[in-house]
Amino acid sequence: MTALEASGRSAAPAVDAQASAAGTRPVTPASEHTRRATVRKWAEIALFVGPAMVLFLTFVVYPVVSAARFSLYKWNGVSQFSDAEFIGFENYARALFGGTDPATQQAFTTAYSQPFWEALSHNFAIIFLSMAVQLPIALAVALTLNRRFRGRAFTRVVIFAPYVLSEVIAGTMWLIIFDPNGIATELMRGIGLDMPAGGWFEDPTWGFWTVFFIITWKYVGLAIILFLAGLSGVSEDLQEAAAIDGASWWQIQWRINIPLIGPTIRIWAFLSIIGSIQLFDMVWVLNRGGTAGQYSTIASYMMEIGFFRADWGYGSAIAVIMFFLSFVIALAYMATILRRDNAHPRKAR
Amino acid sequence: MSVDTPARSTAASSPEGRRRRGLMPEGSAYVAVGIALVGVGLTLGPILYLILGGFRTQGDLAANPTGFPDPFMWQNYWDILSKPLFWRQLLNSTLVAVATTAGVVLFGTMAAYPLARYSFKGRELVFVIFTTGLMFPLTVAVLPLYLLLRDMGLTGLWGLVIPQIAFGLPVTIIILRPFLAALPKELEEASFMDGISRIGFFWRMLLPLARPAMVTVGVLAFIGSWNAYLLPLLLLTGDPTGMTLPLGVTTFQGQHAAATTMIMAYTSLAMLPALAFFLLMERRIVDGLTGAVKG
Repeated sequence: MTALEASGRSAAPAVDAQASAAGTRPVTPASEHTRRATVRKWAEIALFVGPAMVLFLTFVVYPVVSAARFSLYKWNGVSQFSDAEFIGFENYARALFGGTDPATQQAFTTAYSQPFWEALSHNFAIIFLSMAVQLPIALAVALTLNRRFRGRAFTRVVIFAPYVLSEVIAGTMWLIIFDPNGIATELMRGIGLDMPAGGWFEDPTWGFWTVFFIITWKYVGLAIILFLAGLSGVSEDLQEAAAIDGASWWQIQWRINIPLIGPTIRIWAFLSIIGSIQLFDMVWVLNRGGTAGQYSTIASYMMEIGFFRADWGYGSAIAVIMFFLSFVIALAYMATILRRDNAHPRKAR
Repeated sequence: MSVDTPARSTAASSPEGRRRRGLMPEGSAYVAVGIALVGVGLTLGPILYLILGGFRTQGDLAANPTGFPDPFMWQNYWDILSKPLFWRQLLNSTLVAVATTAGVVLFGTMAAYPLARYSFKGRELVFVIFTTGLMFPLTVAVLPLYLLLRDMGLTGLWGLVIPQIAFGLPVTIIILRPFLAALPKELEEASFMDGISRIGFFWRMLLPLARPAMVTVGVLAFIGSWNAYLLPLLLLTGDPTGMTLPLGVTTFQGQHAAATTMIMAYTSLAMLPALAFFLLMERRIVDGLTGAVKG
């Protein structure tokens, strides 16, 4: 008690004086009590948030910041980083247009810039095809399955299953199926065709399509399940009213169901776009993005050259470019397309 | 979402069937069943082919890839299951996934609690810092992360678990915060009146009440860890008995390039735990994903 009084007096003399003047005994004045409560509150907050914050700053933020720093150096990842040569934005220039040095630009365009743009074009092709192929397929299937029939629950479970398989294990499976002497070739021959001239994966044109087929197999189920979940929220009364007014099945889908699951479709598209930019596991398992990079992605290109060819500075520059791409696309998408949904939150329900 | 019963779905003459018929074109049940069959076939076909392939001899696979295994042989599966390698990798994957899930859920819930139910200066800032994590995929950070872990001496399975927890936190906190915030205020008032401290409240009241949301984020973290490949690829090099299953499968494939049916058996076995987990948790996974999408 005396210790408390002493600390209280020294911490809040003004209040103490007032308290004495008012004739009250200056024992643990209110300010002292709240101060201790405040300290306690902050200690609790630190205790609860602290571990997560430390982990997050150490293992997420610090590496990301390091990647940005490495990208300004020429470094092989083996020697001391302090010995690495600072080259400014040269790594970025090399990726984008072969570097700024006229003497090496020609060679670097072939060595660095071309594979980079090729990989990037594959990412964008996958984004485009997801919207042009996966979206219509998933919508059509979801709209058709959005009714009661025997085995619906089973169908939903099965169609969704590939999503939970790891890309690596699914990829290994398809590697066997698309073996030149495998069952896919056999089936093609059965209908009088043959596998692509260079092989399912190696063919310069068809390799990419094989991989896109596999990606679709893996991920179209997610879209179908999300759309079905959205459709289950569309009021049946609405569809019924339209049917009574003489709307056909197609009209009901176009005018009611599809617009009302719009928010779900737009979020799916968002996830799909971001996922397509960061696509790595699947293409890596399928021969590291192809023997000649037929279906490389920015992420597989980054790992190939950054880690396995020990060009850490350049690899980090690619990582930063990838981050900026997802960041800019995410912001643009949110500002333009998703803004509508957030402004009028889910009228659909 | 209603669970469909077989009786209802086929009874076209029931009031339910008649009522819905106006919404569908004639014969649309056949279309739906047809599409469903195609979808199920395309999904299951490759998986069944893989599993059956594990029962083939190498010669049978070359001669008769489309038929039923002949002779039907257990040898491949037996060879794998009777040796420790597969079981070790299964154990590694399980340990890493369980530890990752526990860490993500525990630290995520702890962090989400003050962010949801305390009012303090800088609260929104802390929340925003965590949400920026959504924009940093592991792919961007992986090269420096590898160096950091190497310098810290965090190798092997722990080197996987700790970064996976860190990368799992943002989503967890974002999903949990509104859930915790929605719990009634009276809970705390009643508890404090009973002399329970805030920390006691967290353990005894909040954790049990938050269980549904924790299961959802936990399932997502578990799947993410179970399927992880990029970080194991960098960290778990060398000894296959130290690998997790996805990396183990690709390594096995590299080492047995000539024995395709053996690879098929190994890949099938590696698939089964994930499929079993999925069948058990299907509802949770779908709810988690749709919840995350809608929220």
